[in-house]
Amino acid sequence: MLYKRTGFSQLTVKMSEVTYIPMWLLAELTYACPVQCPYCSNPLQISASRKKELSTEEWFEVLRQARKLGAVQLGFSGGEPLLRQDFVELLREAQRLGFYTNLITSAIGLDAEKISEFKEAGLGHIQISFQGADETTNKRFGGTDSFKQKSAMTREVIRQGIPLGLNFVLHRHNLHQVTKFLAMAEELGAEFVELANTQYYGWAKHNQEHLLPSKAQLEQAELATNEFRQNHGGSMDVFFVAPDYYDDRPKKCSNGWATTLLTVTPEGDVLPCHAAKMIPGVAFPNVRKQALDEIWHSSELFNKFRGTEWMVEPCASCPEKEKDLGGCRCQALMLTGDAANADPVCSLSPYHDKVKAITEKAQRPFNPEEPVPLLFRNMKNAKQFHAE
Amino acid sequence: MHKPNIDIDEFKINPQYRLQFEEAQSCYVLLFPEGLIKLSDSAAAILERCQQATTLGKLVEELKIAFPGVDGLEDDVRAFLVDALQEDWVLSAHSENV
Repeated sequence: MLYKRTGFSQLTVKMSEVTYIPMWLLAELTYACPVQCPYCSNPLQISASRKKELSTEEWFEVLRQARKLGAVQLGFSGGEPLLRQDFVELLREAQRLGFYTNLITSAIGLDAEKISEFKEAGLGHIQISFQGADETTNKRFGGTDSFKQKSAMTREVIRQGIPLGLNFVLHRHNLHQVTKFLAMAEELGAEFVELANTQYYGWAKHNQEHLLPSKAQLEQAELATNEFRQNHGGSMDVFFVAPDYYDDRPKKCSNGWATTLLTVTPEGDVLPCHAAKMIPGVAFPNVRKQALDEIWHSSELFNKFRGTEWMVEPCASCPEKEKDLGGCRCQALMLTGDAANADPVCSLSPYHDKVKAITEKAQRPFNPEEPVPLLFRNMKNAKQFHAE
Repeated sequence: MHKPNIDIDEFKINPQYRLQFEEAQSCYVLLFPEGLIKLSDSAAAILERCQQATTLGKLVEELKIAFPGVDGLEDDVRAFLVDALQEDWVLSAHSENV
């Protein structure tokens, strides 16, 4: 967003849209996680061993190089970033370098003392995720008994005055709980709530058949959300993110492939989006071997789908191509077998019937008693996906 | 909630927002949870002066010195403050519960 309304200065902002700047750095500190969300977007092949994770010094170097490239928003993510013993050190260095820091956490491992330490270190924002709107569902979908901890830490973060957002990932089995989620968030005193429908990558894609809601469920949840907004005034901002499978047009990949976002995985791979590890036939640049500057500007991976030159039909001649940049490359790959195709969510894609086939299956009426044969994201379950 | 009065209230940047010059973008940005806004030079010139509590009158006075010979300055600053309050970029002394 560009603020250029005031007219008193002759000077205008020098737009730098042509040279892309990775303004967002997503630092996935570890794949280790106490929660086992079956809708996790991490790769299925996560490894239990943490030996290859970047060291503190290596992360410092990543932060320095990213900052130099113009990264300014930093998300500490994972897995669970708090499992890194050096988290506060990383936070302090990020702060010193001028990043605006966001911690994306399950709140497991958090306590009042740490929150105050983070605050003192300058942490800009905490996002806490819940896996359910009560103890039972939170445990059922997160695989941990953590509801009380999450609630207590939400209150503590608010009490200590760090900006906080709550995140609820929605799917077939909890969409009917939207009002309950919102009431809970309000009761806890949250100012910002994200109701984010599952994005189908990694574990979520594997479990898609049992996670994708019906259209009726979605509409009901949106209705309930709007109703809540109307009845509860403006003290809490509520964002509802719909799953793109029900749209006619795709969403841009991370604001455009390699335009804004830079993801660094626990072992130092550098990706234009957090799912890009699935793109075949391309070398993945790694911070241990190459400078970020070179990776961002010159690597094959980052240039592969930048802009519009790479497009095939129907995207190449589409008047809307600049608007969505052909959608998500990973979705194109998963559903059409070729990452250069149009995202098949687009009704103009010759493969749109693949999306239709998936959504049609999801139209069965939801029954709260229906079995939930989900594969939970944990290291034991990940073993079957490891390449020999 | 008290409705801010642009003409008499004091204004200050929302402590949850951070104003910062970004070399890579050659402009000031306003940073907040999970987002940023690129600022025009004029918007930045106003917000820079809101790091400490200030008023419309003081802002206009200072900006007239910094940008001599600019027409319609007061209207621009006023319009900006209306937007900035709306967006919560700045808080008025009243909305800040002082």
